[in-house]
Amino acid sequence: MRVTFKVWRENDEVRGFRSYAIEANEHMSFLEALDVVNEMIIREHEKYPEGPIAFDHDCREGICGMCSMVIDGHPHGPRQATTTCQLHMRSFGDGDEILVEPWRARAFPVIKDLVVDRTAFDTIQQAGGYVSVGTGAAPDANALPIGKTVADEAFDYAACIGCGACVAACPNASGMLFVGAKVVHLAILPQGNVERSQRVSAMVAAHDEAGFGGCTNHEECEAACPKEISVDAIAKLNVELMRAAVRS
Amino acid sequence: MDLDSRVPSGPLAEKWDAHRFALKLVNPANKRGYRILVVGSGLAGASAAATLAELGYEVDCFCFQDSPRRAHSIAAQGGINAAKNYQNDGDSVFRLFYDTVKGGDFRSREANVYRLAQVSVNIIDQCVAQGVPFAREYGGTLANRSFGGAQVSRTFYARGQTGQQLLLGAYSSLNRQIARGKVHMHNRTEMLDLVLVDGHARGLITRDLLTGEIKRWAGDAVVMATGGYGNVFYLSTNAKGCNVTATFRAFKRGAGFANPCFTQIHPTCIPVSGDYQSKLTLMSESLRNDGRVWVPRNKEDVAKAPGDIAESDRYYYLEERYPSFGNLVPRDVASRAAKKVCDDGFGVGHVVEGRRNAVYLDFADAIKRDGRDMVADKYGNLFDMYERISGESPYKQPMRIYPAVHYTMGGLWVDYNLMSTIPGLHVLGEANFSDHGANRLGASALMQGLADGYFVIPYTIGNYLVTAHKGEVTTDHPAFDETQSAVEAKQAKLVALDGATPVDAFHRELGLIMWEYCGMARTAEGLKTALVKIPELRERFWKEARVHGGGDTLNASLEKAGRVADFLEFAEVMVRDALERDESCGGHFREEHQTPDGEAVRHDETYAHAAVWEFKGEGETPVRHTEPMAFEHVKLSTRSYK
Repeated sequence: MRVTFKVWRENDEVRGFRSYAIEANEHMSFLEALDVVNEMIIREHEKYPEGPIAFDHDCREGICGMCSMVIDGHPHGPRQATTTCQLHMRSFGDGDEILVEPWRARAFPVIKDLVVDRTAFDTIQQAGGYVSVGTGAAPDANALPIGKTVADEAFDYAACIGCGACVAACPNASGMLFVGAKVVHLAILPQGNVERSQRVSAMVAAHDEAGFGGCTNHEECEAACPKEISVDAIAKLNVELMRAAVRS
Repeated sequence: MDLDSRVPSGPLAEKWDAHRFALKLVNPANKRGYRILVVGSGLAGASAAATLAELGYEVDCFCFQDSPRRAHSIAAQGGINAAKNYQNDGDSVFRLFYDTVKGGDFRSREANVYRLAQVSVNIIDQCVAQGVPFAREYGGTLANRSFGGAQVSRTFYARGQTGQQLLLGAYSSLNRQIARGKVHMHNRTEMLDLVLVDGHARGLITRDLLTGEIKRWAGDAVVMATGGYGNVFYLSTNAKGCNVTATFRAFKRGAGFANPCFTQIHPTCIPVSGDYQSKLTLMSESLRNDGRVWVPRNKEDVAKAPGDIAESDRYYYLEERYPSFGNLVPRDVASRAAKKVCDDGFGVGHVVEGRRNAVYLDFADAIKRDGRDMVADKYGNLFDMYERISGESPYKQPMRIYPAVHYTMGGLWVDYNLMSTIPGLHVLGEANFSDHGANRLGASALMQGLADGYFVIPYTIGNYLVTAHKGEVTTDHPAFDETQSAVEAKQAKLVALDGATPVDAFHRELGLIMWEYCGMARTAEGLKTALVKIPELRERFWKEARVHGGGDTLNASLEKAGRVADFLEFAEVMVRDALERDESCGGHFREEHQTPDGEAVRHDETYAHAAVWEFKGEGETPVRHTEPMAFEHVKLSTRSYK
């Protein structure tokens, strides 16, 4: 299959879209097809002075959260519940032109081409995304029974991979699904209960300070999330916020 | 080379306790005066950095990804072992120790493994306290499963994403210390060299991957938790960024490298589909609990659709060859059996480079027996992942799988305190060699990474600081100038590569050499061939490779070039180790040493030791030393799964 990638390039040489046509095959992953583009750029470097395309990636099995690109308008591309690295070329047709852009959000400045700076996500987690328990201070693991349904629900929220697709999909570039996922994961478990008020306040404050927008219920984040984290996280986050406000 | 293991004397079960008492403590008020440099933020690195900071040390932590949460520990699927005996099925610290030593085919250090089994129980407590959402029973207690053929249920798990949940737990502890200002985190920063002052590890030279700035860091001790070297094969289940650079450059500074030939090939991965393939994806070992492995009995059937092959024409080779363990034989045995049927011409699936390298993993019987819903409940996420990658549904037709490189048991040599042959350089997790011998059991990697980081290094590093450490060193010391100059010269050489061939092409070629001659089955003749081919490839790399762009910006081709250059040198050490170890054991299978029906034959009288390689200078052959492995508590025996 012949495909053309129309890719946003942003570096010292160029700022704008550039097109690259390659021969792909349906079993290739999307990132493998971009590898082919980059090898072509290096081999024919005189023709492509802008150099290879910079993009973030690492595990290539859908769990590290490093890959981040908007493909044909969708964060991580057209396939539901699939990260860019697990998207395969069989999702596209012969002759397709595929538009590839970086995450766009004020809190995620572009570093180069498709690579953005997601340090703000770490900053939010540092504000309170933990249980304050030092190594060695833990009681026996079975001393604290937790119902299966509670544990399963906590897992559903804890599955967030921190990729930022929720922000990229949101018209407000809000990171509320990301914040909600951690807040709710820890709030529904007894271990996280002690610090739940200060946690939610601190994480939301860090979120706002980093330049993310507010949530206005578009629910695009849920549709874009490769781990299918429910937008209920945001509703529950708001309950947690109110609870914290009432108690303080 | 000083290979004193420093294993304390006394009864096995009391060694760690006695040792902890014998270790010197650092006065709490003095801890803040020490700076520890931690390289890597996976399970071992993040847990060590967080715990050392909790104790009061100043910590700098480095990772090459954009966030510490992305370290490749995140991809571990199956679970983590612990001798909790919550299932009341006869597990104990001794049994976990015994299984791990035996599973490692008697090439690990008993005292280290026993300690690992002891602290395994604390790890689960710690992770639960952090809020790790392990699987639970309806009554609220933790659930366990049997894993990798173990006869007890001691594996704790969080769906198929245990590594992710444990890493995020360690990451949360790390974040708490970053917020307190006790850990200074340096993302997108790669370690390029180790700085030695008076023979001790006292600093690092790093490269900022965004600006290209080469920086120097001084500290009182260095902790490396930089993972394994599986990507020497190019194709593996490792993340693309995993590399040998940190450990190999420490090796070049004098750290002994132990058992580099011990590599683990995981039996159930999605097969290669073409020459563009960039990585291989693992399908959890748990699938073998219900899936049946087979190939066609007749070569003329290999191209047929699996549904068109009659039951009587299917060869369930694991069930036939190993009637008592069947599809649940350990990883090394299952992998070799798959290779054999494919080598013999019974492989199925796509033809890649003239061969069909895949076998079927079939769930039809499980679906018939338990129903589609129950199978979906257990394996649904894995089936979905398989379908995303292959475009085929395992509910309707068998999966196609083939072994792939997964884990490396070899690594930098460490003593009982996890210190390498360079004083002050401590090595944790997959980057060291000590606990898995020649074969790692399922669900043991997560256990070891966290044991080293949470419960071993926090005690042992203090003893080094009090007893062996030599005064304050700053980055003005001439050793930093010297090492930085060497790093800059090497970087300049890489940037100057202006041939026509992308770096990946050389990496791929190296991978093919390693897979062919130093993969699942090895021969003296093949290994000798590799020792000719690798230097030839290395020479071509320095003549023909192209690094595009300069060193002062985000430049993936430069990063890769540095890593591939190291793999091209390291590969030779690995092949030499495989050649010198003239026996079969665990993941190291020498075709010269097998029983008539193809089982591995160990030679304990000659090779019951760790082989430790010492760097002797550029272009020189490294020297092989040994640390004998004594087995006082687990009797040397032949593993049998028949």
